[in-house]
Amino acid sequence: MTAPILEVQDLHVRFPVKRGLFGRTVGHVRAVDGVDLAIQPGETLGLVGESGCGKTTLGRSIARIISPTAGLIRYRDAAGDEVDLTTARNRDLRELQRQIRVVFQDPFSSLNPRMTLLQVIGEPLRNHNVATGSELEDRVAGMLSRVGLSPKYLHRYPHAFSGGERQRVNIARALILEPRLVIADEPVSALDVSVRAQILNLLRDLQEELGLTYLFISHDLSVVESVCDRVAVMYLGRMVEVAPTDELYTRPRHPYTEALLSAVPRPDPRLRDAGRRIRLADDLPDPADPPPGCTFHTRCAYAVPGSCDVPGGAPALERTGPGHRAACLRTDDLSLAGIEPDPV
Amino acid sequence: MTDLTSQAPPREPDPPPESPAAVPETPGRRSRGTASQRRLVWWRFKQHRLAMAGLIVTAGIYVVAVFAGFLAPFSSSTFDPEYTYAPPQRLHVVDRSGGDWDWGLFVHGYRSTVDDETLELTFEPDESQKIDVGLFVKGEEYEILGLIPWDRHLIGPTNPDDPMYLLGGTRTGHDLLSRMIHGTTVSMSIGLVGVAMAFVLGVTLGGISGYVGGRTDLAIQRLVEFFMSVPSIPLWLGLAAALPPEWGPMQRYFAITTILAAIAWTDLARVVRGRFLSLRNEEFVTSARLDGSSRQRVIFRHMMPSFSSHLIASVTLSVPGMILAETSLSFLGLGLQAPVVSWGVLLQDAQNIRAMATAPWLLLPGLCVIVSVLALNFVGDGLRDAADPYKR
Ligand SMILES: Nc1ncnc2c1ncn2[C@@H]1O[C@H](COP(=O)(O)OP(=O)(O)OP(=O)(O)O)[C@@H](O)[C@H]1O
Ligand SMILES: [Mg+2]
Repeated sequence: MTAPILEVQDLHVRFPVKRGLFGRTVGHVRAVDGVDLAIQPGETLGLVGESGCGKTTLGRSIARIISPTAGLIRYRDAAGDEVDLTTARNRDLRELQRQIRVVFQDPFSSLNPRMTLLQVIGEPLRNHNVATGSELEDRVAGMLSRVGLSPKYLHRYPHAFSGGERQRVNIARALILEPRLVIADEPVSALDVSVRAQILNLLRDLQEELGLTYLFISHDLSVVESVCDRVAVMYLGRMVEVAPTDELYTRPRHPYTEALLSAVPRPDPRLRDAGRRIRLADDLPDPADPPPGCTFHTRCAYAVPGSCDVPGGAPALERTGPGHRAACLRTDDLSLAGIEPDPV
Repeated sequence: MTDLTSQAPPREPDPPPESPAAVPETPGRRSRGTASQRRLVWWRFKQHRLAMAGLIVTAGIYVVAVFAGFLAPFSSSTFDPEYTYAPPQRLHVVDRSGGDWDWGLFVHGYRSTVDDETLELTFEPDESQKIDVGLFVKGEEYEILGLIPWDRHLIGPTNPDDPMYLLGGTRTGHDLLSRMIHGTTVSMSIGLVGVAMAFVLGVTLGGISGYVGGRTDLAIQRLVEFFMSVPSIPLWLGLAAALPPEWGPMQRYFAITTILAAIAWTDLARVVRGRFLSLRNEEFVTSARLDGSSRQRVIFRHMMPSFSSHLIASVTLSVPGMILAETSLSFLGLGLQAPVVSWGVLLQDAQNIRAMATAPWLLLPGLCVIVSVLALNFVGDGLRDAADPYKR
């Protein structure tokens, strides 16, 4: 096994909860609560979980948009040297942020309405003194055609573009510095279904062409299935299962994954209704005050009182098979239902 | 339901890739696409009739302020005590007294009578006296923009010593029209200079407050609240009354402007802080930071431009407040003082009910205040409405 390009160890991110006139801190939201994760070079790792489970926070910590509270984020650069992103100095961080880039979810708010495409996409080149003047223009034009936009649009402002086109611009801006790792935070969630597939194809093509590694954040399991090599499932700030995509979809080892999978729609009538649909209770526990024991036990159909809910650390990720790890106390007692691979 | 159970519809076979030419190349779209925000704001602003009218009037008033020396028939210090409260003269274009049509501008002189009991002077036009009035006449010397000396006036009596009071005379026998024109310079510039000071203070403190946040923000906000909670009229009065009486007109002018700005910056600071706070977590600002932009570049290149039109609107809207404040202070005798003339100084003459009864034209400077304040407000409102051209 090759050395991972990025390794996250026991990462914690807490946001203070403030109340009252003087903004007293009354508690902490544990948005990321002890996450371990490794990303292999060249792969696409999917990160799934329901809204509010901390996916964005994890992604932003890796890009160092926010500073994690505790833990390690070890990045291995092209030369094989390892750097800890959590303690990197600002100057080094600037350099590292050339190699780790982010594609944001919202194609509208992520582009400055006052800057032309040339200015937006050229900004990283300018700031890092990579290119100026006509060379910068040439490189931006080249990048535009690479993401499927005409170089004619160089001097246009973003407001004249559709969501899909804007997301292409965002991708161009992320890739213009030739990064190695791209964190895509729900890059297609805001797009129409028809445009979605085009953007996913574009991402895939660019990955092949440029040898990129993706951390692909999404809450849409059908999208994840189509683009990811491996999938990590998050629940309430913790990793609950990590496995290769096929393996995870057909043989989940955590009840939460099973519940997520049971909700994936299948176009093929033979596959539809094959399994029962597991409805999760609506109430995601408060991340400021997670349940004791296994944090999922409050919603888990298989939870056993006296074993899953005893106070103490939540179960850690354990190896359950080749490349497959799950954090469930009862994983060996359960036979959980997956879904058949999508024939499309 | 959690949002995972509301899954996307099944994937469809991939449609043909979006071709680069998929964007229709219509001229409308093209010009909108390449139009900068400034252009879009201007297009929106132009559709606002009242704002356009306000803009034209405001521009006109500032032209008067800049070319006051040329537009005014006399200097602001010229007066003739013989003609106190002289009523406005009618400007005639043609003289038919000789039977035929004799074209040319002129006014009639005055015949004054003294009331035996009250010793009050009353004036009647003296039809027999004809005072020729010319355009671009030679008169007193002045300096255009304080630099180029010149002696031509747009309008004035051909003989500079003849009396001409197109809008009447004041208590001291000054020509009201000339004084009003010279007052425009002072009143309008106090608005601008004061707002410029308030702008620097407001943007700096508001910017720091919004961008840095935390304790700094808390401290600055309390300062703003303190200034906002002090009743402004007593504060102005107190500060203005505390100015040393021996100060010259220039010192006084700047002191008064500073006092006005000390109050006005708070609003701007709030606007700027609010904008910074809301922009700080916008994704395009985060992106700019990830793109390696320095802090200054993030603030000045990425954040400021996106609310510059809001800022201009707020600034425009605070100019009339300044003008009004200066007028009130001067009217109460605590602001600017003679020999400086501003509209407020001129209105001091209108405090006296008797003077008003005999010389109602002394209220005209008040009209100037109203017109300029309204015009600036219309411009500000129009700008505020046009400030966000992407809003649908
Ligand atoms: N800046 C912040 N301050 C306080 N709490 C925050 C902040 N950012 C996120 N949180 C909290 O952290 C938790 C995780 O949020 P996060 O945005 O990472 O979730 P997510 O998995 O990305 O959700 P979604 O699918 O809705 O994007 C949430 O409970 C959220 O309220
Ligand atoms: Mg998110």
